[in-house]
Amino acid sequence: MSEILELNHQIETTAVSENLFFACYTDDVPQNGGACVKYKDTQIAIFNFTRRGEWYATQNLCPHKQQMALSRGMIGSTGHDCEPKVACPFHKKTFSLKSGDCLSGDDYSIKIYPVLIEEGKVYIRIDK
Amino acid sequence: MVAKNKKNIVIIGNGMVGYKFCEKIIAKSDDFNLIVFGEEPRRAYDRVHLSEYFNGKTAEDLSMSPANWYQENHITLHLSDPVLEINRQNKTVHSQKGILQPYDYLVLATGSSAFVPNIPGVEKEGVFVYRTIEDLELMKNYALKAKKGAVMGGGLLGLEAAKALLDLGIAETHVIEFAPRLMPRQVDSAGSKLLQNKLQDLGLQIHLNKSTSEIVGDGKIEALAFNDDTQLELDMLVISAGIRPRDELAKLSGLEVGTRGGILVNEKLQTSDPNIFAIGECALYKDMIYGLVAPGYEMAEVVAANICRQEKYFYGFDMSTKLKLIGVDVASFGDAFVTEPEGRTIVFEDTHKGIYKRINITNDGKYLLGGILIGDADAYNILLQTINNKIILPPNPEDLILGSRGGETDGGAGVMSLPDDALICSCEAVTKGMICSAVSDGTASSIDDIKKCTKAGTGCGGCVPLVKDLITGTMQENGVYIKNVICEHFDYSRQELLDLIKLNKIKDYDTALDHFGKGDGCEVCKPAIANILAGVWNDLILKQDTIQDSNDRFLANIQKGGTYSVVPRIPGGEITPEKLIVIGQVAQKYNLYTKITGGQRIDLFGAHLSDLPAIWEELIDAGFESGHAYGKSLRTVKSCVGSTWCRFGLQDSVSFAIEVEDRYKGLRSPHKLKGGVSGCIRECAEAQSKDFGIIATEKGYNLYVCGNGGSKPQHALLLAADIDKETCIKYLDRFLMFYVRTADPLTRTATWLNKMEGGITYLKNVIINDSLGIAEELEAAMHYHVDTYKCEWKAAIENPEMRKRFAHFVNAPEEKDPTVKFAPMREQVKAEAW
Repeated sequence: MSEILELNHQIETTAVSENLFFACYTDDVPQNGGACVKYKDTQIAIFNFTRRGEWYATQNLCPHKQQMALSRGMIGSTGHDCEPKVACPFHKKTFSLKSGDCLSGDDYSIKIYPVLIEEGKVYIRIDK
Repeated sequence: MVAKNKKNIVIIGNGMVGYKFCEKIIAKSDDFNLIVFGEEPRRAYDRVHLSEYFNGKTAEDLSMSPANWYQENHITLHLSDPVLEINRQNKTVHSQKGILQPYDYLVLATGSSAFVPNIPGVEKEGVFVYRTIEDLELMKNYALKAKKGAVMGGGLLGLEAAKALLDLGIAETHVIEFAPRLMPRQVDSAGSKLLQNKLQDLGLQIHLNKSTSEIVGDGKIEALAFNDDTQLELDMLVISAGIRPRDELAKLSGLEVGTRGGILVNEKLQTSDPNIFAIGECALYKDMIYGLVAPGYEMAEVVAANICRQEKYFYGFDMSTKLKLIGVDVASFGDAFVTEPEGRTIVFEDTHKGIYKRINITNDGKYLLGGILIGDADAYNILLQTINNKIILPPNPEDLILGSRGGETDGGAGVMSLPDDALICSCEAVTKGMICSAVSDGTASSIDDIKKCTKAGTGCGGCVPLVKDLITGTMQENGVYIKNVICEHFDYSRQELLDLIKLNKIKDYDTALDHFGKGDGCEVCKPAIANILAGVWNDLILKQDTIQDSNDRFLANIQKGGTYSVVPRIPGGEITPEKLIVIGQVAQKYNLYTKITGGQRIDLFGAHLSDLPAIWEELIDAGFESGHAYGKSLRTVKSCVGSTWCRFGLQDSVSFAIEVEDRYKGLRSPHKLKGGVSGCIRECAEAQSKDFGIIATEKGYNLYVCGNGGSKPQHALLLAADIDKETCIKYLDRFLMFYVRTADPLTRTATWLNKMEGGITYLKNVIINDSLGIAEELEAAMHYHVDTYKCEWKAAIENPEMRKRFAHFVNAPEEKDPTVKFAPMREQVKAEAW
């Protein structure tokens, strides 16, 4: 844990230009599932889409009922283009992991963050 | 309007059939000028539903077409202008208003008039016929001052007219029939008797074998005198003694007519003059007048086709008919009167409900020849189709009129088994194939769509139920699989996937997706397959946590605010004081709200995700196990206190409930499972509202299955009575495993049974009589489940890797979710409102 904090510190000081935040190690996030990380006062959901070899990050808050729950949701794909998505565990509202758009026909959308994987570490790009 | 370069078709008569001819010809060609002469003052209207005029329908409602239809289709319409003369030499017609109209083709659709027998006094005031809207209006005015009315003629139209009199408020309405039975052309004596009883119940007085000798009265009708020297006092009389073809114009023009009326026609409906056709009730084809609308429409089609140089012939028409007479269903179809030795007859009669059904079959029992239905004519369409398509009868033809009995599947032929060219709507000549393809290609999905795109059901409306069945049937053929498949990623039903997973020894989700699915899965197929895998292999669900629903993933129920609830198992609702204390202590320590559940256990709410392992560690130390409140699996087996304490108890229901709950705990099923055991018939455990319920009897136990509380309560049904404990467990093993194997995802046992063909009878056969030969395998599967059961929470807290997953922040595992907020309530806490 202290190692992570230390690394965070390093990144925050050395990679400021890239706005990269070291979130966790790749094996902290379950395969084909999600986990939540804390960045200052923000909760970010990270998804390890092992099946597609892809990583995604979104806000952890489901805008439907304001629940911090998206990281506990199931991921999958929809449609011919296999749009990657996550379903909120509360009421199964689904959101595109690429665009953040709600795919269940509601107006709201979620914030998405670019993810970078390097040497077993998961970095998230935060816009300052 | 009348184009010079086009040929003229003149139509005499603007009834239903004349109108239909116009519709048919404009659909086929625009090479003709159409000129219509009608005697009545209004556009063609629906004479079949004439009696509805007294039920509030207006003349406009009954009209066959919108007001501007003729104009829009460039048809010249002359109303109130009968044709008086046909000059066949010059090919012209001469109308009453003086129009001289040349024709290339002439179509006679003059219809029929009411036949008025030659009885002294028919000219008297208060004597009516029942044929046109004008007739109805005359009747309507006269009926205001009439108290007693009668209809002469107990045929189809006569009974319609009797209904009209009832609708007009004539308190005492009689029907007088010369023949010994009602509707002599359609119904046999037994049927007539039953019909008579029904109509009498409805307030009609029926007189059979009555021949009228005179209409008595001074200027207006006062009574009817009969040949048997009796009299009936009356204020008004409607004569409905049959129809007479309107052939006078044809006769005048030298066209050949039948000796008893009707314009002679050939298969092309040509009269003795090849440029003149006759259609509808005025035409006489092979000594037969077709007094129904459907054959009239068919004639219109044949003439329209022939004028457009298509080859089409009229070879007679099925006179089967179904109608509602004063609220009573009456149908007569095919050869309704066949008797031995030409055929055999099966009759069903229920004088209590007022139902009479007769079918005539060939001597070899293979084909249906005809029949009569009174009181319940639902089977009419399918029976008629069975005749018309020469469908081989089932081994027990009586099923056709008695319906399926004893839980067997339908004996009769279903609509979907009809050939594509089966004529469904005879008014509009629409076949099964046309309807089904309209549904299949997406043009139609409802009866209204079908009416629009094929016109089926727009004539007499009799085929509407059949059309509906075809729509549903076709959609099922095309779609039920789509509805039943799990989701877009798997083209299989749950049952199919279960078999595939078992046969191919699939142990994880990704392999299943690679082998049988496509895409990357979703929140529907993941938990469904997780559930199947757990059911088949009884492996720990946490090994594949990310395909589980959130509740299964964290072995707790996610609640408002993102906290979880914890439910330890309390089998049968029995708990020691020591254990109760532990629950209290845990709740205090972790600030949990506690409540007794409906299933006789205690729910602890408001646990942080990261506290779950510690909470369970303490509970497990005290001897608790997971209650599976989060899973699609056995919840509780509720019990009453039973014979150990209760003075009424017959058996020890608590011990049995604990035994059963311990046996099936952890069983993964399509939906949650609840059970109950009551110690006597007072049923304090409410076992009959559970998926399985056991009620103690003097001799043992009654086993009930497939009950449900919830939003659609349903009582459980008796599976077996007075069985001993061992048998009860054996049947339960089979029942539960059969449900696990065959139900769709998220289908409770009640719904599963409701959808099961053959219902409880079938289920009994499978479970008790082992009709599928799978009982042994089902029992073995349940034994495997019992032998391999492990408490998921025990496994989770003992495994550091698994334990690690119960953290809100992976980069700050000790920190709880700071957004979780509670509000105080009655000395406890509650989640903050959304």
